[in-house]
Formats: sequence, C-alpha cells, structure tokens
Amino acid sequence: MSVDKGLRTEVARRAILGRGLSLGALTMLTGCDISDNKSVQAALHSVSRWNDEVQAALFSKQRLAKEYAADEVAKTFRYNAYYPANIVSPIDPTTYRLGLAGRITDKRPWTVAQLQAMTRHTQRTRHVCVEGWSYVGEWTGPRLSEFLHRVGADLTAKYVGFECADGYYEGMDMPTALHPQTFMVMSIRDKTLPDRYGFPLKIRVATKLGFKNPKWVTAIWVTNDRPRGFWPDRGYNWFSGI
Amino acid sequence: MSGGVQKHTILARVGHWSMASAILIMIGSGWRIYDNVPILPFQFPYWITLGGDKNLATVTSNDWGTGNAIAWHFAGMWLLLFGFSMLLLNGVITGHLRRDWLPVSPRAFWRDFVAAAKFKLDHKLGQYNAVQKVFYWGAVFCIAMMFISGLAIYKPVQLGWLTWLFGGFPDARIVHFVFMSLIVGFLCVHVALVALVPETLRAMILGRAGHEEPSAPPMPQSEVAQ
Repeated sequence: MSVDKGLRTEVARRAILGRGLSLGALTMLTGCDISDNKSVQAALHSVSRWNDEVQAALFSKQRLAKEYAADEVAKTFRYNAYYPANIVSPIDPTTYRLGLAGRITDKRPWTVAQLQAMTRHTQRTRHVCVEGWSYVGEWTGPRLSEFLHRVGADLTAKYVGFECADGYYEGMDMPTALHPQTFMVMSIRDKTLPDRYGFPLKIRVATKLGFKNPKWVTAIWVTNDRPRGFWPDRGYNWFSGI
Repeated sequence: MSGGVQKHTILARVGHWSMASAILIMIGSGWRIYDNVPILPFQFPYWITLGGDKNLATVTSNDWGTGNAIAWHFAGMWLLLFGFSMLLLNGVITGHLRRDWLPVSPRAFWRDFVAAAKFKLDHKLGQYNAVQKVFYWGAVFCIAMMFISGLAIYKPVQLGWLTWLFGGFPDARIVHFVFMSLIVGFLCVHVALVALVPETLRAMILGRAGHEEPSAPPMPQSEVAQ
C-alpha cells in the first residue's frame, strides 16, 4: 500500500468516526489493524493454543462423523491447495516411495503397489474447509491406524507428522490419527486418486478441517514433538478439530 | 425524560462491556471470514472487518487475513461467554432479571409500543418499559442462538447432534448469519437510544446516574398499570 493511499484511508476513517456512533465506526475502533500488532498476535496465539487443549479434550475416539448415502456425494470435488490447480505437478508412481521416520519399527519405504495391496475401506463424509465451504465426498483406502500398527509405530507417541511432495506439511494428535475415519486415501469414487486431489496418497481426516488433510504425501513420521503445519505456521489453529 | 435513578453493579458493568467488546470482535472478524466465501451475493467492505492488513496478510500468511480473523473469532468467543455469564450471574443474584426484566405481557408490549411510536412513551431511568424488556429478551435470545449455531459450525462432528438440529452444516451457517444480522439491528437501535438518553451511558460506565426525587409520587411501573 502506498503512503498516499494509506493517508487517504486514514483521513476517510477519521471523517467517518467524526460523524458519530455508527456501527461501522464502532467496529472500526476494533479494526484499525491492531490485529497486526505483535503483542495482539501473541495474545491471540496463546488463546489459540488454549483452544487446542479444549478441542483435544472435546475429541472422542468413538464419535464418528456422519456418513452419507452414495447419491449425496458431490459430483465434483473442490480443488484446494495453496496454489492454483494448473501448477499441480503429477507424481510418477514408478519412482514414488512413502518414507517413514521417527518412532516406527519398520522404516522401509512403501511403493504405490504395496499401499494399494492393503485392505480398503470407504467413507462418505463432509469435508469442511476453514473458509466455510464444504462438500460431501467419498474416499477409499486403508485406515491410517491399520498402517501404523503394521509398520510398528509407537502408538503411545503423541503425534503423527506428514511431509508432502509440494512442500506442504501437516501433523495431528495420535488419537485423531488412530480414529476409524482417518484414512490413507488411494482412490475417490472407485477411481484412482486423480493428480489434483493428491495422487498417490492423501490423508483423509473426517474429524478435522480440510487443511489438516494433506495431499501428495511422501513421508509419515511418529513423534512426541508437535509437528508444524503449513497453515498453523500462518496463524491458523493447530488442532482444528470439527 | 423524567428523572429516576439508574444503578448498575460492578458485575453488570464488567459483564456489559466485556460482552460489548466481544460482540464487536465477533462481528468484525466474522465479516472477514464471511468475505472469504460469501453465502449471499455481497461482501462486507474490507475496512469495517477485523483481521489485520489485507496486503500484509498476503505476504505473511498467504491469505487475506482470514487466519487472523479466525484467531480473533475464537478468542472473542471466550470473552463473549465471560460477559454473558457475568450478566446472567448479576441478573440472578441481585434479582435484576426478576425485578426489572419481568413480567412482560403482550398487552403491555403493545401499549408501550403504540406510545413509543407516537413519541409519548415516557422514559424513566432505571425502569424498563415493555418494549425495552422485549427488546432485551430478544437480544439475549439472539446472542444465545448465535453461540449455539456457532458451536454447530465449529464442531459439526463432536457436536453433530447440534448441527443436525440446525439442518446440517450449510444451514447452520445461514442461521449464524441471520442472527448476526438481528444483533446488528439491535446494536443500531440500542446505540441510537443511548445517544437519545446519554445518562444511561453514564450509568453503565460509572454505575449510577440520575437523581432521586423523594417528593414526587412513584411512577407506576408499566405492567402495574394494566
């Protein structure tokens, strides 16, 4: 923003304030970009961490997200990433390996064929984006809990982290990772997962917001140190349960 | 205006101003969140929304301040809960709710409403007419609905039954929007009336306004006159 424009905005603001107590003026009193103040940011961050604790306490391992009928599934799933769909770079399944790290006994990498050989389940649940939009989708693949058991992950560890081919990264609490509706998605609507939705591997978490569902996953690790997340690093709530 | 005394306990004032700030935070940040994916064919002007500088946000957080607005929203939520509880606690322990907010009958409302429309409704500090009572109950109802519909949007899995009561996630967002609009309407009238009777603002800040009139006969309370 140029200085001139900033000044004009400021003058306009003052003019509006001068007109008296309109709702706009009242709202603006709170909105004069105090949000960008360092200590305000720090205070908001502390409350966000407290909200992580509250949400973790509210989370129930048994409570399931509502399952929908096949005809309620959206015709097209909405594309979403931190960049537009036309620059998605497809992953070559022949060279792809899922790396494993951290508190896992068998850290041998997995190929697409090995992943596809696992027992599959299907869920039809609502994907809820932090922005407010949502759709009912259908996702198929093994449960993350089955995979973690199989590779001998330390299930008493606190967190599971994910690394993605596009530089995205996410993580979640172990109880959510072991939830029956947390899937390693290999296909949607009976078709192999398309490139734009995360081929060959997307993590579907029915109990968290959309951005906690990483796509193009290339590594999974188990840890006691809270993994960072792409959006949580940009001011979004870490737990983001729904 | 014809005399009277308005008193507010410290609990009531802390509750009122916490809730007032919380509501402004919730509305301002809610509008920024709404603007990201509007459900109606309009957006709120950026400058009245809360969530930091939009251009700065595109650099620091790869969004238009939505993350910042959400952080405000779920911090404001606790302040709102605090203010609401303080007012409720005050209303119950001091008897303010029973004494001044009740009773309210449709007949009394209609009578006071007609009088108000003709600008003949007398305002006495510390005494609520039936229109005011209905108005305040309405505001409490809207704020409660805002909180409940907000929870339905915030936790559609953990509180799935609540989301179901609102007809599902997309409909709960609409309910949340409708009650926000009603609260904005309430705020406009509330603030306009305070501007007309500034003594009430004094009372809500200092705890007391107006003066006793020992010689004057007590004003009949609106519902007594039925």
